[in-house]
Amino acid sequence: MTVVAEVARSRELLGNLVQRELRGKYKRSTLGWAWSMINPLALALMYTFVFSFVFRAGSPVGAHGLKSFPLYLLIGLLPFNFLANGINGSMGALVANANLVKKVYFPREILIIAQVLSWDVSLLIEYGVLSVVLLVMGNLVIPFLPLVLLLIVAETLFVIGIGLALSVLNVYFRDVQHFVAIFLQLWLYATPIIYTYSFFRDHVLAVPVPGKVPTHHVWNHEWLLWLYKVNPMVGFSNSYHALMYNLRFPVWTDLVWPVVASFLTLAVGVRVFRKLEPRLAEEL
Amino acid sequence: MTSFGAVVPAGSRKGSEDIAVRVENVSKRFRLYHERNQSLKAAMLRGGRAKYDNFWALKDVSLEVPAGSTFGLIGQNGSGKSTLLKCMARILRPDAGTIDVRGKMSALLELGAGFHPELSGRENVYLNGSILGLSRKQIDGKFEEIVEFAGLSKFIDTPVKNYSSGMYVRLGFSVAINVDPDVLLVDEVLAVGDENFQRKCSEKFAELRDSGKTIVLVSHGLDTVRTMCEKAAWLEGGVLKDAGTPAALIDKYVETTHVDRVATQGGGSRWGSGEIVVTKIELLDGDGNPTLWVHTGDSATLRFHYLAREKVKRPVLGFGIHNLDGVHATGVNSREAVAPESVEGAGYIDFVAPRMPLTAGSYDVTVAIVDENNLHTFDFQTKAMRFDVGRGTPSEAEGVFAIDGLWKFE
Repeated sequence: MTVVAEVARSRELLGNLVQRELRGKYKRSTLGWAWSMINPLALALMYTFVFSFVFRAGSPVGAHGLKSFPLYLLIGLLPFNFLANGINGSMGALVANANLVKKVYFPREILIIAQVLSWDVSLLIEYGVLSVVLLVMGNLVIPFLPLVLLLIVAETLFVIGIGLALSVLNVYFRDVQHFVAIFLQLWLYATPIIYTYSFFRDHVLAVPVPGKVPTHHVWNHEWLLWLYKVNPMVGFSNSYHALMYNLRFPVWTDLVWPVVASFLTLAVGVRVFRKLEPRLAEEL
Repeated sequence: MTSFGAVVPAGSRKGSEDIAVRVENVSKRFRLYHERNQSLKAAMLRGGRAKYDNFWALKDVSLEVPAGSTFGLIGQNGSGKSTLLKCMARILRPDAGTIDVRGKMSALLELGAGFHPELSGRENVYLNGSILGLSRKQIDGKFEEIVEFAGLSKFIDTPVKNYSSGMYVRLGFSVAINVDPDVLLVDEVLAVGDENFQRKCSEKFAELRDSGKTIVLVSHGLDTVRTMCEKAAWLEGGVLKDAGTPAALIDKYVETTHVDRVATQGGGSRWGSGEIVVTKIELLDGDGNPTLWVHTGDSATLRFHYLAREKVKRPVLGFGIHNLDGVHATGVNSREAVAPESVEGAGYIDFVAPRMPLTAGSYDVTVAIVDENNLHTFDFQTKAMRFDVGRGTPSEAEGVFAIDGLWKFE
């Protein structure tokens, strides 16, 4: 656990690097931090238009009869954007700080962690605003927020794990980032964000549910659903939806697997990073 | 392999707590890629990553830097001295061997590395300070000192992208030097800023040295190493050649490396009508033996061999001496000397300097033969010869010339 100790010792540096990321991000833009809100709002508007008006998909029903596609969408989309931004940011972090890596010693993991944490700050602000909107709409989310925070912590570990591995790989093979860009697109659609989990389960996979007559018989295999749920973001997304949209405790598998997967990913990420890190100053 | 625990004399070898940096059998390999491929496609086509040759920048280097000493690393370009420093700074990881650094270390490799252009000087001081391992509290305590040292009080809230390169470097230096390290690693960054700032830097180094900090210095400036360091090590081709006191080591270093001198001569230009030409220039020591190496204060002779292809009336020989920075140290000619009415055939002209006044360094000789009225140039050669002057008497002379004279205490 030398990694943890070393990072803990450099927490002050970590704080400063996060600040640098945050300050640098919106410096010299007139709207500044508002951009952090505008981007997801624009996306939400776009998807709402496409799905609610073009495809006429019904809005999922939440707690107390809440029916709002944009709110449902944002609950899943914001943490996914965090994942995507964190991964993309991590991949650029080493290359962008090549000067630093070549000239000063400090635990290099810090650059990745700072990058991810800076996106955490964005996520927290966005989720904060979203919670206020949910409250206004009558969804009393407050008692569920501590669990949401814990999930965000787990997701952060997940993103740091991926970021650590991909950031060093990207130094050796610069086209990793292009693969990842495509993969993130697929990942978004493989996660219940712009559609609901139950819609995918019942209408796309058509997994037989006891006491429910399946509508299609396309792929009625339970293992396909299982495979689908290997993606930890499915569990994360389901849990966020359950806690904030439906105001209920998530299904326990949707909690346990993402958390376990996060720790596993982090462990692998640290391994990969440690393995490839020694030659970093030369390869950059 | 060469191994010098001798930096600390073997007999009086002190305990390990007196060693600030211990380098043991360190080797460092670089990969020299034939064709760098950073794309997966190229990697797959080749079946693996790019082909490369191994280049050993350091080979089994061992040395010890005593705590509280100022230690110089000298060597020619590519000798591995900067690589060794980077290994000490933990930026590069050695492929074999170990490096132990005792106490807090700070490296002055590049000043202002990690400055964010959009952030103000103040924000960057905190950021850079924490990169170098200072806590916020510590920076708070040193902030005034840092800013004042850099001379940037007025601009501290301006984004550093608006700084001049001098201001940028000054702030970087100021932060790095105020980290208050136990071990400071410096790579040729002493020459930053204007003269005033350089003086401040030298004072700061002296202050650190006097307060018992360990400084490891990589420099091409042999004079810097000689005046600042107590110990020095000499690297060549990644191998430790020798270590010891700077004076002896540098003399040995210059003596060995100036052998290449003859081969590296040239680079000058030559013109003239050619009736009489200088064919060779020799430097003779006090005993009349040819050399390329004299000491300040020693007797030395410059011997100019000439060949007059026809009878030339009263030629005037002149020569100039420049140091490697291009400073014109001196220029004299034989116009007023007692000379024959005319010369023909081969011969030589001597210029005898009873006490070599040039200070330690390398010098280029420019030579010319002109007619009596300086209207016609027979032969003009710039950088016709290069020679070295080693430290002699006085041993602590600065500038180009050691003025001839005597001290009298009344």
